[in-house]
Amino acid sequence: MSTILRPGACVEMAHGGGGLATTRLIREIFARHFANPLLDQGHDAARLDPLPPGRLVMSTDAHVVSPLEFPGGDIGSLAVHGTVNDVAMAGAWPVALAAAFIIEEGFPLADLDRIAASMGAAARAAGVPIATGDTKVVERGHGDGVFITTTGVGVVPEGVNMAPAHIAPGMAILVSGPLGDHGVAILSRRQGLEFGTAIQSDSAALHRMVAQMVAQVPGIAVLRDPTRGGLSATLNELAEAAGVTMTLEEAALPVRPEVAGACEMLGLDPLHIANEGKLVCICPPEEAEALLAIMRAHPEGAGAVRVGTVGERAAPGTPGLLRMQTLIGGMRVVDWLAGEPLPRIC
Amino acid sequence: MCLAIPALVLELHPDAMATVSAGGVTRQVSVGLLEEVVPGDYVLLHVGFALHKVSVEEAEETLKMMAQAGLLQEELAEWAETGSEVRA
Amino acid sequence: MKYVSEFRDPALAQSLARAIAREARPDRTYAFMEFCGGHTHAIFRYGVQDLVPGNVRFIHGPGCPVCVLPMRRLDDALELAERHGVILATYGDMMRVPGSGRRSMLTARGAGADIRMVYSTLDALEIARANPTRQVVFMGIGFETTTPASAMAILAARREGLRNFSVFCNHVLTPPAMVHVLEAPDIDPAQAVRLDGFLGPSHVSTVIGARAYRPLVARYGKPMVIAGFEPLDVMQSVLMLIRQVNEGRAEVENQYARVVTEEGNLRAQAMMDEVFVLRDSFEWRGLGSVPLSARAIAPAFAEFDAETRFAISEKQSRETKSCECPAILRGVKSPKDCKLFGRACTPETPLGACMVSSEGSCAAYYTYRRAETMAQMDRAQMEAAE
Repeated sequence: MSTILRPGACVEMAHGGGGLATTRLIREIFARHFANPLLDQGHDAARLDPLPPGRLVMSTDAHVVSPLEFPGGDIGSLAVHGTVNDVAMAGAWPVALAAAFIIEEGFPLADLDRIAASMGAAARAAGVPIATGDTKVVERGHGDGVFITTTGVGVVPEGVNMAPAHIAPGMAILVSGPLGDHGVAILSRRQGLEFGTAIQSDSAALHRMVAQMVAQVPGIAVLRDPTRGGLSATLNELAEAAGVTMTLEEAALPVRPEVAGACEMLGLDPLHIANEGKLVCICPPEEAEALLAIMRAHPEGAGAVRVGTVGERAAPGTPGLLRMQTLIGGMRVVDWLAGEPLPRIC
Repeated sequence: MCLAIPALVLELHPDAMATVSAGGVTRQVSVGLLEEVVPGDYVLLHVGFALHKVSVEEAEETLKMMAQAGLLQEELAEWAETGSEVRA
Repeated sequence: MKYVSEFRDPALAQSLARAIAREARPDRTYAFMEFCGGHTHAIFRYGVQDLVPGNVRFIHGPGCPVCVLPMRRLDDALELAERHGVILATYGDMMRVPGSGRRSMLTARGAGADIRMVYSTLDALEIARANPTRQVVFMGIGFETTTPASAMAILAARREGLRNFSVFCNHVLTPPAMVHVLEAPDIDPAQAVRLDGFLGPSHVSTVIGARAYRPLVARYGKPMVIAGFEPLDVMQSVLMLIRQVNEGRAEVENQYARVVTEEGNLRAQAMMDEVFVLRDSFEWRGLGSVPLSARAIAPAFAEFDAETRFAISEKQSRETKSCECPAILRGVKSPKDCKLFGRACTPETPLGACMVSSEGSCAAYYTYRRAETMAQMDRAQMEAAE
């Protein structure tokens, strides 16, 4: 039984001070749960050699989710999956993660321990070590419990080269599974909006599925994970970057019935709701079937479907556009949402 | 205007409350605005209150009229004769 | 989802589209006002305009309670949270609406005000019970669909003897607003819009019943079809309106029979009559003063009236010059007629009522039709310059 995890014990300013208390915190919580050869070297900077052959990429993400724990995950597993996926979307194999914690004075150590355990488990399951990290403590009232920033490095294999510029008219738009699970799972725990549902966050690491996809279909134009802002934000960004029109088929969009029900109740649109274990893939149309088959063979890609098509290039000087053929056969524009989607009565 | 959705009453509770389900999502809501409600009824849900029962008969009638709307006179006559469901 | 998905069926949509195309006479136009913002939202969101012929036009009405809430009342609510230190409980729709000085509930919360978003007045009551030493004020907005929820909350608070709960009442009524739109031509001929009929509100009608509209349809001779919320409901209602117009009828018809009856919800009506009284007049943002169009809390329930409990200071709110909302809310003008649209006035920086909520006319055009609307404005500008 570790010495700092006494019942009721909380994080104190001393834990961030760099002295004995910090060492104990790191050793008894973080090092214990994250244990791996890189971390156990005990250096400030982890040595990542030898690296597999290819181009190096890096990505970082700050996680401030509230509530900290939710159905299907917590800020810890989210921090691991989020950055693993960011790296994977470049077509890269994630090599290692760094994790920085900003913890609020008074945060229960038992909660921190649980989050660290979840993070360690997520990293181990993904096969991506947390190689190095840092901890700071801020005064009470200056943080939301705990903030976690994860940075990941990865290596893009030779021959894999994806970019929005590769998006071309006629390409297929695929998603790896049902939309909106994460956002609804979070909402279901937010005070004032509680409803009973079995919806879990879809937080998951996608790099193994991606590795197979890019290995077998080098012609993929682009991969993105539709997190904050949902599928709408991701496709709007890509349509703008590539200067094309994209058309979705509403009837093809995968949404779980409970997610649809929650959205109907609160007046939300699944297109705008965050996902944490899904990807969007834009590929030549002749490759769509093969890619869907690859995705469906993985648990994270079980519900993969084609949801739309890339249309013509926008006229020079006009922006790209995302639109959708609606359930009844009309056409609507799918615009970026201004800010976070809020439940409405009207 | 006012966002309201049909929800299935699963269970009644004291103080005119009920558990309802919309597409599998459940919520505790008030049925205090309704005269009588039983599990199995569908109610219109708005901001945590059931405003009205959904009439199953009227719903089906409305859908039937929608299907018939697009048919020509001859097709309508045929429908009336055979009483069959027509794929519009 | 049961009773939802069936009313979004594409085959039925085609059936209705065929009927509308057949019965809309090619030698005239049909202009129907959908009174309620929810219908505006549904029409854009499903692309209903694409399934009806070009001579059938939707005119967007003022039925968006967030859009028509006077800025002064929002400022009052912010004052309650900031100056009086209450817990302000509100529906999500209000969070981003800008009051004076671009302050909103969201920015006020960021600055430390205790403003909490709730789904239901039931949640607001729960907050009051859980915080007995704090005052909790619920921001009551909405038409007759939403008013019963506030009535129930006040009645529950009385039953339980809750000492720390009150409602800041901004509930408004639908028929007087419809009358106001219909009377506008008499007040000012420039405000006249050729209206061939109304799509009546879905869920307001659930509460007040189809009978609530009979006097105004009889008086003003405009057909009305109470329309359900789903796109197929809207289409079937358009068909019924076209038939009324073609046959020279002006009646109240009920397309949404699965939840709308002639009398509506009598219990809800009785509760509203018990807990509320009618204000002599109320200023609607963009429409000006409308008589007997809003509710206040009845004297018998004064202890639950935030306006009685707290001294709220007098405020002046000034609308932006050049803002065309008054004309747009009545359907006389459209967003493209407003100089500010898409430029100074956007959903992130709304200057007027119509842009403030996601179902206001301008917000809907911005979200769903921005490119073509701005192009029309540019063309109009070039033509004017020639």
